[in-house]
Amino acid sequence: MSKADSTWPDQLFAVLKAADIRQVGYVPDAGHARLIERCAADPAIRDVVLTTEEEGVALAAGAWLGGQRSALLMQSSGVGNCVNMLSLIKSCRFPLVMIVTMRGEWAEFNPWQVAMGSIVEPVLRLADVHAYRLDRAEDVADVAAGAVDLAFGGDHAIALLLSQRLIGRKVWVK
Amino acid sequence: MLERRKAIATLLAKRPDDLVIVSGLGSITYDVASVGDDDRNFYLWGAMGGAAMVGLGVALAQPARRVAVITGDGETLMGLGALATVAVQKPANLAIIVFDNGLYGETGSQASHTRGTVDLTKAAAACGIGFTLEVDNEAGLGRLAELLGSYTETLFARVAITPTEPPRVLPTRDGVALKLRFRRAVGA
Ligand SMILES: Cc1ncc(C[n+]2csc(CCOP(=O)(O)OP(=O)(O)O)c2C)c(N)n1
Ligand SMILES: [Mg+2]
Repeated sequence: MSKADSTWPDQLFAVLKAADIRQVGYVPDAGHARLIERCAADPAIRDVVLTTEEEGVALAAGAWLGGQRSALLMQSSGVGNCVNMLSLIKSCRFPLVMIVTMRGEWAEFNPWQVAMGSIVEPVLRLADVHAYRLDRAEDVADVAAGAVDLAFGGDHAIALLLSQRLIGRKVWVK
Repeated sequence: MLERRKAIATLLAKRPDDLVIVSGLGSITYDVASVGDDDRNFYLWGAMGGAAMVGLGVALAQPARRVAVITGDGETLMGLGALATVAVQKPANLAIIVFDNGLYGETGSQASHTRGTVDLTKAAAACGIGFTLEVDNEAGLGRLAELLGSYTETLFARVAITPTEPPRVLPTRDGVALKLRFRRAVGA
């Protein structure tokens, strides 16, 4: 990863702050480490560690019911854990912002990640979540800000898919 | 053990103004609706396993109100991890109340895990919810009703109910309408 590329988590954090995101649910992923750290360090953001990603979908619904905006961070396998809970979002037309680090694609080393990683986009489409794939660091801020606008302005569910190309190769043998 | 419709009536007889309710899908939603529809109620018609987490989101966003998640044993079991997540967050204004009949009432009364080996109150305590209550009589229910206006730490209560199936009271199923009126009611 070049130095310029590594600023995208901070750019995402800036987008969340600009949108007044107040609750951030997450199941940890290595690719999200920096963003999770930034959210946890911000006193205006409540970071909520989850046991499974579907909890975060329900949390987002509750946050909106109570008048707060939220975001949900996960890796691509977590999308599979969310499927039925996404019916809550669609049935009530809740806004939802999912930020998904992709696995099971470019430079993947673990075959167990491929099964879910390769169906993330169709699964989200079937669940009526609008997905935006991000491959290049220079696109992150603009695409993320626009997608977040759609979520809260258009009462819709969106997902930002941070590609493995963007995140960088996972180092397997340390 | 308590009859569910009597139990919900006692629990909400003196409902505090600041109490909002999230009800789990199925029988409990009908119970909550049976004491009178209210804009401060958010009924789930699906999202099984999600009630406690919806309640947590509301509780964190609305620290000046108390939130009661009222749900079934089956619904709680599907999202058992939520007890761990809630416990870690320590929301002082969230109560989780489980009407435990030991079965999946809505789907034909098949035995649930609480009929077997599972003790939900101990599970909540093991997760770290410090204030837990076992309610199986009128006196206990009265105490829980009082607490709904005064608790100051995360509360988990298991209400032991008999396996009755009272007539259904169906509130609106329009999720968008339920969302909008709830937000209006809490000034969101
Ligand atoms: C994901 C999912 N699985 C299964 C069901 C079917 N279902 C609806 S209500 C219910 C049981 C609810 O049991 P409990 O929460 O104990 O409520 P009770 O009716 O016993 O009060 C089930 C299994 C569902 N709606 N969603
Ligand atoms: Mg039950």
